[in-house]
Amino acid sequence: MPAMTMIQAIRDAHFVAMERDSKVVVFGQDVGFFGGVFRCTQGLQEHFGTGRCFDAPINESGIVGVAIGMAAYGLRPCVEIQFADYMYPAYDQIVSEAARLRHRSAGDFTAPLTIRMPMGGGIFGGQTHSQSPEALFTHVAGIKTVVPSNPYDAKGLLLAAIEDDDPVIFLEPKRVYNGPFDGHHDRPLTPWSAHPLSDVPEGYYTIDLGSARVHRPGNDLTVLAYGTLVHVAQAAAEETGIDAEIIDLRTLVPLDVDMIITSVVKTGRCLVVHEATRTSGFGAELSATVQERAFHHLEAPVGRVCGWDTPYPHAHEWSYFPGPDRVGQAMRNIMDEQMTGVIA
Amino acid sequence: MNDTSRQASVRLRIPEPTAHTDLVAAAGTRCVAIAGEARRPDLDENAISVASMRDHVIRVLDDEGNAVGPWAGALSRSELEAGLHDMMLVRSFDARMLRAHRQGKISFYMQCLGEEAIACASQWALKPGDMNFPTYRQQGLLVSSDYPMVDMMNQILSNTHDPLLGRQLPVMYSSKEHRFFSISGNLATQFVQAVGWAMAAALDGSDAVASAWIGEGASAESDFHSALVFASTYQAPVILNVVNNQWAISTPEDFARGAAATFADRGLGFGIPSLRVDGNDYLAVHAVTAWAAERARTGLGPTLIEWVTFRVGPHSTSDDPTGYRPDVAGQFPLGDPIDRLRQHMVTCGEWDDTRQTALQESVDQVVSKAFEEADSFGSVMRGDVSSAATMFDDVFATMPPHLVEQRAQFERSQRLQNEGS
Repeated sequence: MPAMTMIQAIRDAHFVAMERDSKVVVFGQDVGFFGGVFRCTQGLQEHFGTGRCFDAPINESGIVGVAIGMAAYGLRPCVEIQFADYMYPAYDQIVSEAARLRHRSAGDFTAPLTIRMPMGGGIFGGQTHSQSPEALFTHVAGIKTVVPSNPYDAKGLLLAAIEDDDPVIFLEPKRVYNGPFDGHHDRPLTPWSAHPLSDVPEGYYTIDLGSARVHRPGNDLTVLAYGTLVHVAQAAAEETGIDAEIIDLRTLVPLDVDMIITSVVKTGRCLVVHEATRTSGFGAELSATVQERAFHHLEAPVGRVCGWDTPYPHAHEWSYFPGPDRVGQAMRNIMDEQMTGVIA
Repeated sequence: MNDTSRQASVRLRIPEPTAHTDLVAAAGTRCVAIAGEARRPDLDENAISVASMRDHVIRVLDDEGNAVGPWAGALSRSELEAGLHDMMLVRSFDARMLRAHRQGKISFYMQCLGEEAIACASQWALKPGDMNFPTYRQQGLLVSSDYPMVDMMNQILSNTHDPLLGRQLPVMYSSKEHRFFSISGNLATQFVQAVGWAMAAALDGSDAVASAWIGEGASAESDFHSALVFASTYQAPVILNVVNNQWAISTPEDFARGAAATFADRGLGFGIPSLRVDGNDYLAVHAVTAWAAERARTGLGPTLIEWVTFRVGPHSTSDDPTGYRPDVAGQFPLGDPIDRLRQHMVTCGEWDDTRQTALQESVDQVVSKAFEEADSFGSVMRGDVSSAATMFDDVFATMPPHLVEQRAQFERSQRLQNEGS
């Protein structure tokens, strides 16, 4: 099987979905003729025609609103918002419309659509090309939120998202599009071809939305991560020598609570990491879930390593990014049970 | 800001409701229409050519009740009677719901007094398979498509038979079967969704048409402009209805329209043929909607229609318009659509007072009977509602584990509460 980058895997998922179901249509800014600024939809228009894959005006609210109308008609739109940072004009359509259509109409109308958005930093993109807005979606009833961390998962999860009968937000950590970035920005990027999760099967397969994955088994400490931070956590575990069990959540809603709790019960320690800002971030939900269900198994407070509560900086990107040093330090703190002060 | 040497040479224009002291005159300055004068453009005329009609409001019925001009003549006697029936049924329904509100039986209601012709006639000009994306003032669409009135009332009462299981405010109906898209309550969102639905129909090879609805006030929203750019770019088969009833709660149309342009003028910049129509003229509404639907169905793209009308009643039962405009109770500043159609039928020798009285009694009876039935299923005000646990249904197609757990928690807390009481 040929090794695929995450971009190739996402592109392949589109091809498979569109071949299997003529109701799948793909559109967004620059996704048609050009194939997307990150090339995730390259070749689709040529292969399937402009009736299946086409460009859209620069209007996120329109892209999502039109997709909702199409989904209500009976199509299965999979649309791209060029950067998650540009999602906000579409937020009303996502939150007030797509998320609630099934419920408010008592099942009369539904909105089976997938909204893809590149997310996260590490590409020198400043505050408008680096954000991680996942908590703005996980807080909303009626939508599912998915964040793949590797090519294999990206393909299986995207196929599952497009097939899903409800709206799915599909956040693509763009820093790992071309390789499993571990946070060491000053070192050469390992290509996906050198990573086992670039081994992407041909054709159709899905990964259940709501199933997490043990990325690295371990016994001493559970790290809950998703997207780019899965690879950062792995680097931190290797560099500290701590036998951490890293869980790649893959789907934030629905959340694989069972896998999380099973791991924490085993290790007795838990660190939550994400790139998004800390306050009211998804880490708070994870932390609360762990203490509600595994409190008596914990030997140390649940720690969080997150982006600082500042706008994502341009020149100071690597001071903002929760890299392996910060993650490793937090892991040591939890192992040392330094429970005074904030673990981060 | 305290620099007194500054000259106040720039003054913002802040429109005020109080400028509209003479409602008839204010509305009239922009709405005078001579029946029969507006021409009927060819279906494939472009937006600029159609815009040459911008000083006209299309009107078919003259003051004596004659149908005149190139837009007249499409409806048979039985269709006219059906139109009169639908509008009278809507008005009787509204009146009954307002009474139910005063009686404390319902919490909230929105009438469409004076605007009945727009939704009723528009629905007759569409075909099965088309889809409306309405706002909260198009109850006429449901009434005209024979949606069971008792279910409208059940929804308003949020009772045990509410088709929407008590999830929506009164009047936020939904019926795919009756080509009525679920009403959001958020303004303008449906306008762009209608364009998407129309695009999907075209991609699917269907000749179905979407009909998008918005008020003139909500046309200030971004989604209105989103809808126009998508409709124009892809030439979607959609009718873009702007109901200009002059008032957005307390703000007059000036706020959304800007200083000079009409709402129909909005279409011109997008190359969308756009017309202004007397929305209180049943014949004009039917003829222009049929024209726009035919354009859409034959691949000629979107049409924008500004329906000029007047919101005779309050915005909703929570609104008191005497706080911001003169009392118009009992008046129809731009004419009463029901009376105008009735007069037309009388002029044609096809109607008289006896039949009018009989029809009035008949629609009132239908409404009374429906309300009696709906009322027998209780109301939220009396605690007769669907099972509360149903709120966990339909969040997703399949209930995910966290909702299964929360529903169990809810049921446990209910049980404990019941045991405690």
